[in-house]
Amino acid sequence: MSETLGTTGLILNEPLLWERGKKGRCGYSMPAADVPQNLLPTELTGDGPDFPDLSEIEVVRHYTRLSTWNFGVDTGLYPLGSCTMKYNPKINEKLAGLRGFAAAHPLLPSVLSQGALRLMFDLERFLAEITGLDAVTLQPAAGAQGELTGMLIVHAYHQAQGKQRTKILIPDTAHGTNPASAALCGYAPVPVPSGPDGILLPEVVAGLMDSETAGIMITNPNTLGLFEENIREIARIVHDRGGLVYGDGANMNAVLGIVKPGEIGVDILHLNLHKTFSTPHGGGGPGAGPVAVRKDLARFLPIPRVVERNGAYELREDFPESVGRVLAFHGHFGILLRAYAYILSMGPDGFKQVSRLAVLNANYVREGLKDVLHTAYDRPCMHECVFSDQNQHEAGITTLEMAKRLIDYGYHPPTIYFPLVVHGAIMIEPTETETKEDLDGFIEAFRSVVREAGENPEVIREAPSRCKVKRLDETAAARNPCLTG
Amino acid sequence: MKKIEEIVLPEELRYSADHEWVGQEGDRARVGITDYAQDQLGDIVYVELPTVGKHIAQGAVFATVESVKSVSECFMPLSGEITAVNGPLSDDPVLLNQSPYGEGWMVLVKPDDPAAVSKLLTAEAYRARLKGDA
Amino acid sequence: MRYLPHTDEDITNMLGAVGLKGLDDLFAAVPGDCRFEGTLDLPEAMSEWDLERHIGRLAGRMAVSPEYNLFLGAGSYDHYIPATVSSLLGRSEFVTSYTPYQPEMLQGTLQGIYEYQTLTARLLGMEVATASHYDGATALAEALLMAVRITGRKKAALSRAIHPHYRQVVRTYFAPTGYELLEIPCLETGLTDIDRIGEIRDLAAVALQSPNFFGCIENVQEAADRAHAGGALLVSGFTEALAFGLLKSPGSQGADIVAGEGQSLGIPRSFGGPALGMLASRKQHMRSLPGRLVGQTKDRDGRRGFVLTLATREQHIRREKATSNICSNNSLCALAAAMYMASLGRTGIRELAALNHDKAEYLKNALQKAGCTIRFSGPTFNEFVVGFPGGFDALHRRLLDRKIVAGLPLGAHYPELADYGLLCVTETCSREEMDRLVREVVS
Repeated sequence: MSETLGTTGLILNEPLLWERGKKGRCGYSMPAADVPQNLLPTELTGDGPDFPDLSEIEVVRHYTRLSTWNFGVDTGLYPLGSCTMKYNPKINEKLAGLRGFAAAHPLLPSVLSQGALRLMFDLERFLAEITGLDAVTLQPAAGAQGELTGMLIVHAYHQAQGKQRTKILIPDTAHGTNPASAALCGYAPVPVPSGPDGILLPEVVAGLMDSETAGIMITNPNTLGLFEENIREIARIVHDRGGLVYGDGANMNAVLGIVKPGEIGVDILHLNLHKTFSTPHGGGGPGAGPVAVRKDLARFLPIPRVVERNGAYELREDFPESVGRVLAFHGHFGILLRAYAYILSMGPDGFKQVSRLAVLNANYVREGLKDVLHTAYDRPCMHECVFSDQNQHEAGITTLEMAKRLIDYGYHPPTIYFPLVVHGAIMIEPTETETKEDLDGFIEAFRSVVREAGENPEVIREAPSRCKVKRLDETAAARNPCLTG
Repeated sequence: MKKIEEIVLPEELRYSADHEWVGQEGDRARVGITDYAQDQLGDIVYVELPTVGKHIAQGAVFATVESVKSVSECFMPLSGEITAVNGPLSDDPVLLNQSPYGEGWMVLVKPDDPAAVSKLLTAEAYRARLKGDA
Repeated sequence: MRYLPHTDEDITNMLGAVGLKGLDDLFAAVPGDCRFEGTLDLPEAMSEWDLERHIGRLAGRMAVSPEYNLFLGAGSYDHYIPATVSSLLGRSEFVTSYTPYQPEMLQGTLQGIYEYQTLTARLLGMEVATASHYDGATALAEALLMAVRITGRKKAALSRAIHPHYRQVVRTYFAPTGYELLEIPCLETGLTDIDRIGEIRDLAAVALQSPNFFGCIENVQEAADRAHAGGALLVSGFTEALAFGLLKSPGSQGADIVAGEGQSLGIPRSFGGPALGMLASRKQHMRSLPGRLVGQTKDRDGRRGFVLTLATREQHIRREKATSNICSNNSLCALAAAMYMASLGRTGIRELAALNHDKAEYLKNALQKAGCTIRFSGPTFNEFVVGFPGGFDALHRRLLDRKIVAGLPLGAHYPELADYGLLCVTETCSREEMDRLVREVVS
């Protein structure tokens, strides 16, 4: 590859906010005072926070320049494994800005908020249909909070059975949020090793599942991009011993309209609307993590819940067995709205095609790289493929260094060093919205990086060389933390 | 990373399979992590040490050592009461990388069993184990 | 479908490359008994135009200003959002990027969040602040769990004047932990009965909110002194971040951890979310903080740059021993808040906060003159509890038909305040609108 995607650009420097400005400036249009001044007792008031005073143009230039140092899905391919960085439709952003929704107060009486309640009610039904489960809460703010909500439901279920349990099974390929969420509910995570093919074996689960174990948390497809083929058998074992099966829906993008988790033994499942349902990641959030459950677990869902009566919708709190509230109001409504718009844009056939093309794209990348990168598990994948840096050990080049070099070629690197079970993992999830040409470009770039690892390792160790900054010293940042200026 | 042959293991110290070293000092034992352990961990950014006076059993966690993206627990090589900790490590964790057997020591212990130190691995036996590990 | 770029030819070529015949062959690893063979029961795909019309209709069924006059706060506030904030926040480099795990290509987000952390710390009078949490309620719950970790004690006390929903969320988070939660009652003044703090032993934390749910300004310093005397931490909460443009910061009054809601700072109400959980603490507790933190560092050429740091506290490294399970936060909302705080500046935020206070006082005084009961006589900020001459609930219902939402009835959460309501006024409320409310109350 003679030319990289990137070319020289104009990267402007920009100081910190408080290194700009001048006392007395203001970038805000202050409303006129139409009432008399009324002073608070001076013992209650302070001098105001030490903010810089900036004019409007200074604020605009500051953030415009900052934005040019960022890389988003709109900039280019963003193949982060397990993150599903698909295209975020512009129409969804526009609709979220409609004044009727953007300016709506969460505590409006039901009669004055029928639009939002109807949207939530319908979205719950759609998500129930997609997951094959019966009832949904939209309240959790993110995937991890969905997991926490799910674990609270597991906890409430066992409490209602009259005997609490102490442990939970979590495969060694799981996201870190799984054990952390379970631990918040007092469950000790018991790691379940995956089998030689990268998937769970029923006999291993059977050996660990006992009457002290509350259930299992399964990500399917798992973080190796493999479908857990034994899911039904595993669910049967867990159910027979009184446990519940929690599904981590982070990877649902692989199986929309192809597998309904509720039909293959999953009792509770969270979805990441910011992954599967196209809502933007926003540089780390906000996302949304709705939770779907089987009918008999619906009584534990968080309050308030949206109910319909004779075509009118209302929020109700009279569910005595509910785990309670997990957020101050009704969830990240602005995100829910975007996901709702996405579902209506795709339709039933569109969803099935999403998963087919997501899996096609992942296998295409896998095929294009498997002769130069070591494959952790040599078998077709679902929506993401996992490699490692094993072939580059001899040249002394690591996953991190290859990732940094990909930046110079104009691509966001894949997820690295996860899942933990693969040493030096490189986890690639292209998603369905990428064109064949862009995938070809990415494959060619990665192959070029691999060539450089053998021929010119210095250029890799120096990478990235075309960003705003060169490689940053994370050790110094952690040794002497400087968190505020 | 260092080859096993390059790992420094002072002969006068004893070692545990969990990569701690112990040095006998009268009725006390000084404890730290080995050159191998610091090399594996990479740049250490933070060390959490126990409180003085605490009794910790052999095999229990007595400290945690953090690099940028990992947390490792350190296991007591012998049972005893913590009589001193290396305070400067908290502000200057780099000492663990630079001088694991000197300024990077971690705790001073009063062992329950005065003969416990001699029951640990010799430098030779520990290096043999490392080769098995590697 | 416009989001799916594959032509038939692409699909054929790509399938050929991976050695398969049809798209369904891609799912060979999914056993037959795991497949869903039917068609999802979802509405048929809509065109962009149809979608806009459909959702536009739903949006039209919501009561918002200017058609309605709303005097509703209670944790979600109507403040004007400058056009600059909406416009800058809409830049897709911010919107469509992921968590900055590759810092060299996400310096925009990282510097932006570092600035947010700094401005938040200054606003709240603390030394360090996190990169954001989901909302004020979860920030408060995390703050209390943090206090449990720091002190090693297993009991926390919450003022009854904390937002009722926040207390519910804290109860949800605490329910499976076995830690005990106690409630500190309120006095006739609407303030927390801080004398009770000394009566409870072995508390990890005392939490209160100021301005509290009733708008009353608590004596944070006094509460902090009492908490500290018993070895507990003082967690100071808030729902109206703008108040600290005018009021003393909680950090300057002895709070150890500050947790609350930043929606007021340039974030649309959006039917309750996404909003912004703000969490700040003293530096000594930095390593016990939950969630992401951005720190300053240097690159290989010695230039200033920013990275996510102290990550070993977090779930992706420490797993079940992490300080929290939180992963994604509300980063974009934090960026909005930073833009808003930068637009106001010190001069602006003080002026705006004072204006908010003046307006609320105007309505409070006018209602009092018109014969309404102002339930608590002490100083308030933006919100106050009021009783109407003919009873609150009946008039509240009647005014809905006049397109006025006269606050929030309090009976459901506070039986002792049945037939009282919580009214809120911000800078977006004109004198004319307030006068109209007073006329309606009197008539």
